[in-house]
Amino acid sequence: MSYKRPAFRHPDAAINEIGFHQKDYEGALSTLCAGCGHDSISAAIIQACFELSIPPHRIAKISGIGCSSKTPTYFLANSHGFNSVHGRMPSVATGAVMANKDLTYIGVSGDGDTASIGMGQFAHVVRRNLNMVYIVMNNGCYGLTKGQDSATADVGSSGKAGVPTMFSSIDLAGLALELGAGFVARSFSGDKNQLIPLIKAGISHDGFALIDVLSPCVTFNNTKSSTKSYTYVRDHMESTSIADFVPVKKEITASVQPGESKTIEMHDGSKISLSSIAEGWDPKDRLSAINAIHKASLEGEVLTGLLYIDAAQPPVHKLLNTVDAPLNSLQERDLVPSQEALEEINMGFR
Amino acid sequence: MSDRSGINDFVVRFANVNGTGSASANTMFAKTIFRMGVPVSAKNIFPSNIQGLPTWYEVRVNGEGHIGRREGVNLMISVNPQSMYQDLKNTMSGGYFMYDSTWPMPREKRREDVHFLEIPLMQLSNEHFEDPRFRQLFKNIIYVGACATLLNMDREVIVGLLRDQFPGKEKVIEKNVKALDLGMEYAKTHWEYPLPFHVTPLDMTQGKIMIDGNTACGLGAVYAGATVMAWYPITPSTSVADAFEKYCKQLRVDPETGKNKFAILQAEDELAAIGIVIGANWNGARAFTATSGPGVSLMNEFIGLAYFAEIPTVLIDVQRTGPSTGMPTRTQQSDVMLGFYASHGDTKHVLLFPSTPTECFEMTATAFDLADRLQTPVLLMTDLDLGMNDHMSDPLTWDADKQYDKGKVLSAEDLDQMETFGRYLDVDEDGITYRTIPGTHPSKGSFFTRGTSRDELARYTEDGAAYVRNMDRLLKKWETAKSLVPSPQFYPDPSGAEVGLIFFGTTTDSALEAMSVLRNEGMSVDGMRLKATPFSQAVLDFILDHKTIFVIEQNRDGQMRSVLINELEVDPQKVISVLNYDGFPITAVHITRHIRQHLPHPQSASAKAL
Repeated sequence: MSYKRPAFRHPDAAINEIGFHQKDYEGALSTLCAGCGHDSISAAIIQACFELSIPPHRIAKISGIGCSSKTPTYFLANSHGFNSVHGRMPSVATGAVMANKDLTYIGVSGDGDTASIGMGQFAHVVRRNLNMVYIVMNNGCYGLTKGQDSATADVGSSGKAGVPTMFSSIDLAGLALELGAGFVARSFSGDKNQLIPLIKAGISHDGFALIDVLSPCVTFNNTKSSTKSYTYVRDHMESTSIADFVPVKKEITASVQPGESKTIEMHDGSKISLSSIAEGWDPKDRLSAINAIHKASLEGEVLTGLLYIDAAQPPVHKLLNTVDAPLNSLQERDLVPSQEALEEINMGFR
Repeated sequence: MSDRSGINDFVVRFANVNGTGSASANTMFAKTIFRMGVPVSAKNIFPSNIQGLPTWYEVRVNGEGHIGRREGVNLMISVNPQSMYQDLKNTMSGGYFMYDSTWPMPREKRREDVHFLEIPLMQLSNEHFEDPRFRQLFKNIIYVGACATLLNMDREVIVGLLRDQFPGKEKVIEKNVKALDLGMEYAKTHWEYPLPFHVTPLDMTQGKIMIDGNTACGLGAVYAGATVMAWYPITPSTSVADAFEKYCKQLRVDPETGKNKFAILQAEDELAAIGIVIGANWNGARAFTATSGPGVSLMNEFIGLAYFAEIPTVLIDVQRTGPSTGMPTRTQQSDVMLGFYASHGDTKHVLLFPSTPTECFEMTATAFDLADRLQTPVLLMTDLDLGMNDHMSDPLTWDADKQYDKGKVLSAEDLDQMETFGRYLDVDEDGITYRTIPGTHPSKGSFFTRGTSRDELARYTEDGAAYVRNMDRLLKKWETAKSLVPSPQFYPDPSGAEVGLIFFGTTTDSALEAMSVLRNEGMSVDGMRLKATPFSQAVLDFILDHKTIFVIEQNRDGQMRSVLINELEVDPQKVISVLNYDGFPITAVHITRHIRQHLPHPQSASAKAL
């Protein structure tokens, strides 16, 4: 069952630029396990959309199957949602984006949904540079079927069953970089200060944005021997930089941090300001991102933050050269060729 | 078999090597006869190969308008040494065998009961054309010329076709005409002509066109307002995507901006193709895919989702010989069951069965209207024969005033006037509920689409009663569909009959011919052509009204027969299968032979009328 939250609002609750309360971006009460990392990600999505002042009905949330894919019920109740089939969220999202390029698309998937059954679709949605944010709630296991290893579980890592993973793991951020993604980030469900700006930047990015979010499974994979536990990730988290997202129209007020800083302008004029940038890493250099991921992985560390961005890659609608109006808004007068055209076609077959 | 051939009644088969440019010469041959006003059908029998293997092109000429396939080759044009002896074997007794005598056939290999027509095609081409690139191509035109003399074909019509094919390219036309005349003259000086069977002009093709079904489907989707197409290459459906793209580029590019009013995606596989179609339709665009049996197998999970989540989905299944890869370049109607019951759980689907390219065009448009109206998958069941061969057909027409039926979609104004919106509330009690498109209204009408059980307000539930209510409503919708899908077409025998023939799709031409043969023999038979599932009351009545029913179809297991029995609960004993599944289109001779086997005394059937 999905449970509705009480509609009560505190009289002093903040409203955003378009007059919505944060409540307007919330969903039904979560039915996931208490302490599940996914719920923190849902909260971050709510916060990011509220702060970006996107009208809730202009967002579409699409997911596959699994614990992660259940979460769209728990955020953005005023947005259309689509819980599709296992591993196939990317294709459904592709169709939706084809039909209407003007909405904001949030795709939610898990590590099983993306790195195993949906690997092919994931690879191809990256290639298409579909304009969407693709959030992987990555816990290294299949929660809904009781804790089997997923393809992102690290070799030697073991969950509640206590059997170490034998096969090498798939790094989705690294893969997305190889496939040419224009926005790649990794974060941790327990670090909302990092996650929220990344989600905002991903939404503002005009093209495909992957955010691989480590999101511990408290029930099946939060053990001492797991590399996807709260403790392990907290202890081994490294970040490329501290990111702050600055929407259009706002002045840059990011606090100055020690270390190098950089500001990246997005397609829509908003900015990401990065500070405390790690040595040897350049957010616009794909090779340095790939190197940084590999280096961290070799050292048993988890590299988080914005990993790579190229705000200039043409999104799918540019590539397909479609009209400015959403295709789903075209009417008979736009679509039906003339009678004469048909007669001419007939003539060609005489 | 006995030779029933004569004026405007014969079969010519061309035996070529794949990839040698024979297709355009052979098409020109068929089109010449068509332009002479004589009904003609042309069937490509081709291998799953790009270059080097044997390929055949079979043309049936029939002044009575029977354009189903006929067995028995009257004139074999053998241009492929690889298949020459097989082709000789396949020429009917008393028939003619034309071959390239640049390499003469040994005496002892010849057949006494076949007339040999020797023509040194390669030698003639080499002698008269200098450019080696064109020698192969003109060899093909030379045999068309020889055929023109033998069959009394109008030279001017052929020249006219060349002019249409190469507008403004006088030199190309000139060379082709030269090759044509070489063949015509060679035949005149070496053989008696015309042959006993040949062409005499008629006016039976006036206003008709020769077009393949896949092109018509692609065009139908353009006129029906499809804006999104996703597909994965698979024979024999690929040319649907090709046609859609070709005509979109011609007819759907905004002249001011040069931007496309369509999006076509070659997906990574069929699963993604149907996923894209479902996502686009969910988001309010008309979207479709085209595939063949193996693709439909892969799409099964998604088809179930679309059925249960109630998302309009249009799928064109160009059937081929299965199972697995089967014979990928041969025709069959073997996806009837697969399409009808596609997916896990309790599912059954609206299927449409076009039998001509004109119907491919019209029914593709119907499929979009039905999918939107019924919010469910609609599968257009065509096949390789219909899809990839040119068929004589009525011209394509579109009513300029036609409005698309987008079904029950709520606008922002509708939502403002509503008290409660429930995505799965059966407000009209026809099983079809109201839907909203994402982004419509700031505070009303959003809902969660899922393949798992939900209540009338689209809230997740595992309550068994809510699940049953929903499944029962889907059945109610199925009942509603019966009144919306195209009705069957009847071919009643004026004297009233106890025998009824049921057929659909590409079986139609041969079934109609078989009916006319049987009626001429004195047997009373009624005919019914199915155009769609679910079956209406009229389909049931037809079966109940006849003592014996023959279901004619092109698969091994009598799949349509099974679906009819299953859906209508009619007595299986009286429903007899007439089947053909060798990959070739079914023939009238095949049908009449099977019916006579089951009804040994056709006289007794007509005796009741006395």
